[in-house]
Amino acid sequence: MQNGIGILLIFLILTDLLLLGSSRLRNAIRIAAAQGVALGLLPWLAHGHLTGAALLLGAGSAALKGVVFPALLNRALREIHVRREIEPLIGYIPSLLIGTGVLAAAFAFGARLPLPWESPSPLLVPAGLFTLWTGLFLIMARRKAITQVLGYIVMENGIFALGMVVVEAMPLLVELGVLLDVFVAVFVMGLLVFHINREFDHIDADQLDALKEGVP
Amino acid sequence: MGVSAASWIHPVLALALSPLLPGVINRVKAFFAGRNGPPLLQGYHDLWKLFRKGGIASRTTTWVFRAGPLVNFACLLAALAVMPLGAVSAPLPFDGDWLLMAYLLGLGRFFTVAAALDTGSSFEGMGASREVQFAVFAEPALLIGLAALARETQSLSLSPIYAGLAAGGELPLRILLGAGFFILYLAENCRIPVDDPNTHLELTMIHEVMVLDHGAVDLGFIQWGAALKLWVLGALWAGLLPLGALPGPLVRLAAGAGAILALAILTGMVESVTARVRLLRVPQLLVGAGVLCALGLLLTFR
Repeated sequence: MQNGIGILLIFLILTDLLLLGSSRLRNAIRIAAAQGVALGLLPWLAHGHLTGAALLLGAGSAALKGVVFPALLNRALREIHVRREIEPLIGYIPSLLIGTGVLAAAFAFGARLPLPWESPSPLLVPAGLFTLWTGLFLIMARRKAITQVLGYIVMENGIFALGMVVVEAMPLLVELGVLLDVFVAVFVMGLLVFHINREFDHIDADQLDALKEGVP
Repeated sequence: MGVSAASWIHPVLALALSPLLPGVINRVKAFFAGRNGPPLLQGYHDLWKLFRKGGIASRTTTWVFRAGPLVNFACLLAALAVMPLGAVSAPLPFDGDWLLMAYLLGLGRFFTVAAALDTGSSFEGMGASREVQFAVFAEPALLIGLAALARETQSLSLSPIYAGLAAGGELPLRILLGAGFFILYLAENCRIPVDDPNTHLELTMIHEVMVLDHGAVDLGFIQWGAALKLWVLGALWAGLLPLGALPGPLVRLAAGAGAILALAILTGMVESVTARVRLLRVPQLLVGAGVLCALGLLLTFR
């Protein structure tokens, strides 16, 4: 069981790194989906036995992140005819290097973070933190609105993984509420991406700055 | 698990069997393409032919040109003296030999590059420039990966490192370093995602273009050296497998050699199903390998 959760968390970290280095949006969506499905196994692996709450949480999040989100995002992708992130604000190799630094920071921080409960795996907190920060980084460093939405989903994945530490204490309802929030947010953002694209013929979110008054 | 008579088998085995590896890779590629391919022993025939020929060198070249292949070959032989296989100790282990191993590979590369530059040909200079550029990314990855192994097993010499790894060790670490070392193996040996050994276009070659002017005995040493490099880096990878459970040093050596052959078959399969990445994307691949190794190192800090 310890090996199983270790491999799952390594998979989580590797998918984060892949997301940092991938320019094709379709691939990125697929990677994020795989990450979501893998996270569905986490409640079961983290506790070693199958409770009703863990099953519901795992299956629900896997279905949402593995099927519904990719379908929504792929639909948006089809409609706006964007294939890849052309000019990210931070390039792919620097992204990977920054990612490694952030990973080291996550390990250092995870080792010092006082936890109220015993963590099921020493890797859990670093992997969760790293996933959270990867999502944040994607939101900051990429131009396309779709990648930013992906960053948001990845961030939620990180929160989900971190939540596993306290799953005994955290009510199921809270986690389901977070899932619902993310679902609504992705839905709204999918629509928004479509509308931005129809209005401006592209989805470079940083050009929205030009809407400010006083800027020619 | 100290030095024994069995320790000397590995270098001899490597010298004798390494020309087989390119043959295996070519055979697998031919199988995937539906051809018969060259015979498995083609490497030996080529060496036999090349070592009987008289050489010729351009007047613009100096002794560096002749020394390049020899020094590279000697470096790989020296690396074999510290490289264990199948958890059997290397003949000359000492503390810190993992660093020496990495730098021996670097020295061999330096002389290959110097010999290429010595010809004064612009094509060879281009290949040399690329070789060095990719080495900038590959060498840190190798060093970080070896450092992770050293930390995991708490020893500073390759033989105890691999002996400790064969006895036990974290599964995630093995998987990460296995993936990282495999990318390094492909890159260092100029296999397909990085360089195409069969290409006939000088503009896109890396390793092959550096050795265009070499012939006869020199070319023989280059080919044998390339085969030995496949073997040395293959042994680096094969040591990650849990071979320690097998009884007897001879069985473990055979299993290690089998793992190296299996790696050659895997390489042939990778070469058959993937295309070469663009030159601009190669650093990204190598940084990826470095990140895998760095993650392995981080895992040992828990």
